[in-house]
Amino acid sequence: MAFQEQHELHKRRFGRNLWLGVVLAAFVALVFGLTIVKVGGDGPDTAPDQAPAETEAGQ
Amino acid sequence: MTDTTSVFEKTPEAEFGDFVALLKPRVMSLVVFTALTGLLVAPVSVHPLVGFASILFIALGGGASGALNMWWDADIDRIMRRTRNRPIPAGKVTEGEALGFGLALSGFSVVMLGLAANWFAGAFLAFTIFFYVVVYTMWLKRSTPQNIVIGGAAGAFPPMIGWAVATGGIGIESVLMFMLIFMWTPPHFWALALFMKSDYADADVPMLTVTHGRKATRTHILVYTLLLAPFALALAATSIGGPIYLAASLVLNGLFIAGALRIWRRDEATAEADSYRAEKRFFGFSLSYLFLHFVALLAEAGLAQFGWGGW
Repeated sequence: MAFQEQHELHKRRFGRNLWLGVVLAAFVALVFGLTIVKVGGDGPDTAPDQAPAETEAGQ
Repeated sequence: MTDTTSVFEKTPEAEFGDFVALLKPRVMSLVVFTALTGLLVAPVSVHPLVGFASILFIALGGGASGALNMWWDADIDRIMRRTRNRPIPAGKVTEGEALGFGLALSGFSVVMLGLAANWFAGAFLAFTIFFYVVVYTMWLKRSTPQNIVIGGAAGAFPPMIGWAVATGGIGIESVLMFMLIFMWTPPHFWALALFMKSDYADADVPMLTVTHGRKATRTHILVYTLLLAPFALALAATSIGGPIYLAASLVLNGLFIAGALRIWRRDEATAEADSYRAEKRFFGFSLSYLFLHFVALLAEAGLAQFGWGGW
């Protein structure tokens, strides 16, 4: 029952958890971005022989 | 209910900001700036996101070593005026929390830097954390008056790590950037020790001012300032130097040596009389000295993009 009452400690915990959530979300976004950069780097899909060929229709 | 309230009051729970304070944000800003310079002046370009992530993880590694330093030094931090408000002596964070936080963040930053950039840079960061925490904090700081000299190496590694992120190795340029900060650290801290008189003595930290006296410290400041100049100027002759850097370095070293000479000529009575004015000015200028050297390197690298920088 006593835990239903708002204590200053609850506010502090909420603030800490909120910031931790923000940091974790930013970390997830960063890892996602890094993955895109690493996977999309100089891999085989950008090799010259894989480049889309020019067509006469496109000229 | 009363019991619950008393438990709350007896349990200090740190806020998010207290953990941020454990990372020594002011030191972190120097780490970020010098590591970023090392990364940007390197001859190999890095994807902006990889560069951003790498600097972030280097900063976190530096912060982690700061947390471990605060955990180990909590006893003397309680004594020194300058450090009394840090999270552990202030009772906001427990020593165990600081230790766990520092260790976890150390491992995390090293692994993430290895994955984001390369494993040489990751290993370099791990070595830097080890050097600062074990070699400097645990071993040298309380045992030798040369603590600042050798310990200063830890603060000098970030530009080398930034360079390693881009190149995957070490170059003469990155070694000279290391030497610039390494040789700058002793005069910078000894000037601080001259006017933060009683702090180090109260905490039994064997600073040069305590073990060899203040006259010897003044001489040491001058000698190290004179030894610093050739390393600072040598950078101008490397691939990352140029006329802007050379001009800036000549002026900055001239002013720095003049300040060191002024400190060397003064005695304690004169310094006491004007509340250590020259020492405080020298300390303040030392920050600009380092900052402007790295700004000049960045300027050379920036202008090189337009075909103007460098020789």
